[in-house]
Amino acid sequence: MRHAFWLVVTFDAELAEIALRSLRVTLTALVIACIIALPLSALLAVRRFRWRRSVIAILNALMGLPPVVVGLIVYIFLSRSGPLGALGLLFTPTAMIVAQVIIIVPLIASIAHQSLRDLWAEYHDLLISLNVSQFQKMRTLLWDARRALLTAALAGFGRGIGEVGAIMIVGGNIDNATRVLTTAIALETGKGEFALALALGFILIALALGVNLLIHWVGQTERDSRW
Amino acid sequence: MKQFLIISSLALFAAVSAQAETLRMAVTTSFHNSGLAKVLLPEIQKDLALDVQLLVVGTGQALKLGRAGDVDAILVHSRAAEEAFVAEGYGTHRREIMYNDFVLIGPADDPAGIKDATQVTDALSAIAMAEASFVSRGDDSGTHKKELSLWQNAGLDADGFGRWYRAVGAGMGAALNTASGLDAYIMSDRASWLNFGNKGGLALLFSGDPVLFNQYAFLPVDPARHPHVKAELVTKLEDWLTSPRAAELINGYTIDGETLFVFNAK
Repeated sequence: MRHAFWLVVTFDAELAEIALRSLRVTLTALVIACIIALPLSALLAVRRFRWRRSVIAILNALMGLPPVVVGLIVYIFLSRSGPLGALGLLFTPTAMIVAQVIIIVPLIASIAHQSLRDLWAEYHDLLISLNVSQFQKMRTLLWDARRALLTAALAGFGRGIGEVGAIMIVGGNIDNATRVLTTAIALETGKGEFALALALGFILIALALGVNLLIHWVGQTERDSRW
Repeated sequence: MKQFLIISSLALFAAVSAQAETLRMAVTTSFHNSGLAKVLLPEIQKDLALDVQLLVVGTGQALKLGRAGDVDAILVHSRAAEEAFVAEGYGTHRREIMYNDFVLIGPADDPAGIKDATQVTDALSAIAMAEASFVSRGDDSGTHKKELSLWQNAGLDADGFGRWYRAVGAGMGAALNTASGLDAYIMSDRASWLNFGNKGGLALLFSGDPVLFNQYAFLPVDPARHPHVKAELVTKLEDWLTSPRAAELINGYTIDGETLFVFNAK
């Protein structure tokens, strides 16, 4: 335990690189996932179409998507002998981002949809009477629910940064290329180096905390009279 | 402040892509856990300006990666599977590089009494007779295949074993962790054992039978089948791995004063 503590305090260059790579992969995946999931959830709240209920049910179910399975499917697609093999993306950070996007989109979309649906119930009459376009309705909802959406995004970040099954498969845990905190923890545990594994775990928790606090601070939530 | 944050996060995403030439090689967990890679890779980087990216998997999976063309070369230790790989036309040839050996690990008080066995088959028979807990890799790796062949040599069938035989389906380190937790017997390569950090109540009980020697071979993936593999770099790497310089580094690698690998490339 003391050894683990010292490893964190003396935070060496390799640890820093691994931690930064974790952040880079998950934050990129988060940005892409938000770009997909937030408009989708707004559309589901605002628009009535035939398969709407089914889409919502599927999104909710996919929240529990096992990362290992996602990893395996992405792997099969990106392998040289798979349909997208020519891109040569397997065992690169890009492949890890793809897998994480697939894992966190349903989560963000489902949580976001919950809050947008409640808000839509409030806004419905007003927005209809103003006769605004579909796009304007979605924009209004997304903007006014931004704090709730932040929570959705943070949930997605949490699932992404702590995920190991998928990125282990599609990234391959290559030193200096695709090794991130979670796969490094798995590796060090495998070597019986529990102190180092624990140190990496501390850094992972600190990172998750740090990002959450930073986003709350930037978003100015929980302050003054704002809701 | 917000601008600063946005700019700094953008800088974070701008990946540095100016790198040396890279090559992907699938290696076994036992090779990687030995720590030899940490000695060889920086030297390769220095001598050839070649960045070798290692995918650490079991022999079975390493060969599959080669079949699919997802790696450029393979360094594994399971002769029969390697020869099949070359015969099926996935690899150009098989080049022996070095060998190390397997050892039997078990609880220090040795309930099955294998310490004084003369042959590894006797030791395994003793474990089976005593039905002492035994952890098997169970992951189709080179070590796992070797272990199964040894049970066979002892006239035993691993499929018919009772609950004392636990196939964990994991890498060498994870399997050693399990054995350490269960105080069970396990077969490991010497290097992984010496480097293992969580030995607990386990000790090295049996080694030295020539059957336990473990030959590592280098297999380039055939560019005729997978045109994208970096055949030229692979040849450079093979030449380096079989050079006197590699011999010196491999033979000179020790843990706690014990030599782990013997260079035998021809």
